[in-house]
Amino acid sequence: MDRVMIRARTSLLPYLLLAPSLLFLAALFLVPLVQTVGLSLTENGIASLANYQRMVTDLNFLPALRNTFVLVIVVVPVQVIFALGMSMMLQKLSLGRDLVLWIWTIPLGVSDLAAGLVWLAILQDRGYLNSALMGLGIIDGPTPWLTYETPVALFFSVVAAEIWRATAIVLVILVAGLQLIPKEYAEAAEVFGARPWTIFRRITLPLLRSSLQTALILRTVLAFEVFAVVYAIGGRNFPVLVGEAFVWQNDNQNTGVAAAYAVLIVAISLASTVFYLRALRTPPEQQP
Amino acid sequence: MRPRMKTALAAILLSSALAAALPAIAQEEIDFLSTQLRPIEEAQKVRDTILKDFDGSVNYLVEEPPQFDVRMRAEGQAGKRTIDLVGALHGELQPLAATELDAIDDVAAKLADRGIPANLMELGKLGTGKQVYVPWMQATFIMVARKEALEYLPQGADINKLTYEQLAAWAKAISDKTGQRVLGFPAGPKGLMHRFFQGYLYPSYTGGVVTPFKSSEAEAMWKEFKNLWQYVNPNSTSYDFMQDPLLSEEVWIAFDHVARVKEALVEAPDDFVTFPAPAGPKGRGYMPVIAGLAIPKNAPDRAAAAALIEYLTKPETQVTTAQEVGFFPVVKAELPADLSPGIKLIADAVAKTQGADDAVAALLPVGLADKGGEFNKIYLDTFQRIVLRGETPRTVLDEEGKALADIMAATKAPCWQPDKPSQGACPVN
Repeated sequence: MDRVMIRARTSLLPYLLLAPSLLFLAALFLVPLVQTVGLSLTENGIASLANYQRMVTDLNFLPALRNTFVLVIVVVPVQVIFALGMSMMLQKLSLGRDLVLWIWTIPLGVSDLAAGLVWLAILQDRGYLNSALMGLGIIDGPTPWLTYETPVALFFSVVAAEIWRATAIVLVILVAGLQLIPKEYAEAAEVFGARPWTIFRRITLPLLRSSLQTALILRTVLAFEVFAVVYAIGGRNFPVLVGEAFVWQNDNQNTGVAAAYAVLIVAISLASTVFYLRALRTPPEQQP
Repeated sequence: MRPRMKTALAAILLSSALAAALPAIAQEEIDFLSTQLRPIEEAQKVRDTILKDFDGSVNYLVEEPPQFDVRMRAEGQAGKRTIDLVGALHGELQPLAATELDAIDDVAAKLADRGIPANLMELGKLGTGKQVYVPWMQATFIMVARKEALEYLPQGADINKLTYEQLAAWAKAISDKTGQRVLGFPAGPKGLMHRFFQGYLYPSYTGGVVTPFKSSEAEAMWKEFKNLWQYVNPNSTSYDFMQDPLLSEEVWIAFDHVARVKEALVEAPDDFVTFPAPAGPKGRGYMPVIAGLAIPKNAPDRAAAAALIEYLTKPETQVTTAQEVGFFPVVKAELPADLSPGIKLIADAVAKTQGADDAVAALLPVGLADKGGEFNKIYLDTFQRIVLRGETPRTVLDEEGKALADIMAATKAPCWQPDKPSQGACPVN
């Protein structure tokens, strides 16, 4: 009798421990999500696709969609390559490794908007960049980089700020992943005369696959949600999807269209997650 | 009970007793919610200086306009009012008049000796026949120029009677001689550029705002404005407040709300001149901005709110308000001769604007309720498409005109000044 009770209790225990977080997520994520989908599909309480129609016919929709995707396509690979390089370099450090890692992850502790404002201070007409260029005699006077007349410079400014701000999260995941790889594999390969590049390509990278998957999913989803940095640097000159959701909710006071944008962003994020889960799947027999 | 449990229980009891007592304390404070004077420095001036001599304690709260509207309606629906007094713009109070705001004819009656102009008091009725708000303070938009720009002013142009043509010539002259584009507009994400189109450009060129939206005059206006834009600093689409680029000399000539250039004028009054916005073929369009005080229905302490309205409309308080935050009196009050030079620059330009022979007053939109944001979007989108993206004005005006007509039809908002009065929704011809 007692034994049955104990067994029942131990089998219930994991669910009881999970319950608070599940309830929390359901109340603060699932319910609002369902409400948002509902809002986006109704106008004045009647079911309709009018909000989606307004969204796609708006003058900023295509630029926002294009900007967001191009930003993700440019930023995420660069960040992964940087983070891979940085984490490999960290592996080779014996002295001061923690200090270097600590400095590299400082941007993680800076809020998005603050990071955007820092880059604005660097890149605006009378910012640090122009002061430096003027000091070097490369330009004669304040040169604008962030206006609607300089879309390419503006785009690369946003890219620079995003790379600075969010490479650290990829780095942290990859550093953790690298530490999980047993040293013996690389040592064995070295014994057989493998060069460092071969070891990296044939051993490290395949074993890092699941960490890369996590990092890519996290980073891509967050990149699709980019907002504060762009808002600080580009304002209305560089529309992105989340920015448009904000403008429709806050300035245009149309919650329906804002909800349609939100649903679109969720759909894109989910699709990219599914893509990575499939593309970078680690077969069970290869899992460490 | 173990001693530790006892202590814990006592602590809980004590804190819940305190929590119960708090609302009782808070009730003695008057909760004054405002959509104006929101920036922290201005809010602090309201608390420390403007409300200082009021007999009673006031909790001055601020809220952005969309959230203000939501909060007022939510409190009304919940039947639990926490706010005693609200201060907001004419156009922000209008949509709340029917359901959320109390009639305050009794309060207005006590203010008969204040000398509030009859037409302002009439605005406060919002067309309901009852006093919905009492005018609180007023402001408008002005032009500010750095003094170094004056030498390039076109010959024969009077800065106080400038036309848009002369403004373009002026900016062109500076651009030709210095190679810099120094004309600036607040077209950033939080700028008030839409008010420039609604209160200045459209009334000056077409004599209206909604009805002549896609008229041939409007088409000519956009072409001219696009021509002017080539001398405008390209950072304009990032400017929210013109005081910063004016101070940093990035911009020499700017248009903005008085409250958004005040800092520059107060900080360096000797560097600037102020003047009314330019005139077009139909006159000198300008937008008076009126903020009013209203009492919500079922306010917790209506008598105290009424007392606060009386205090805020006293001539002395009104003068303090002008000195501290640059909003001008709605009552009969002499601004002191020793007004700070920056505020005096604003006061002069406001007086010249209101007193101009060719002035065309254009009120803030009325009756658009929650479509106010989308109404502004029409003007900003039209600007973006014609001026920034180079689309054909006629096509854009026809398309955006249709969207404008849809908004007017959905809200059934009748025309407001300077459009001619309409039966039913204001037409877009």
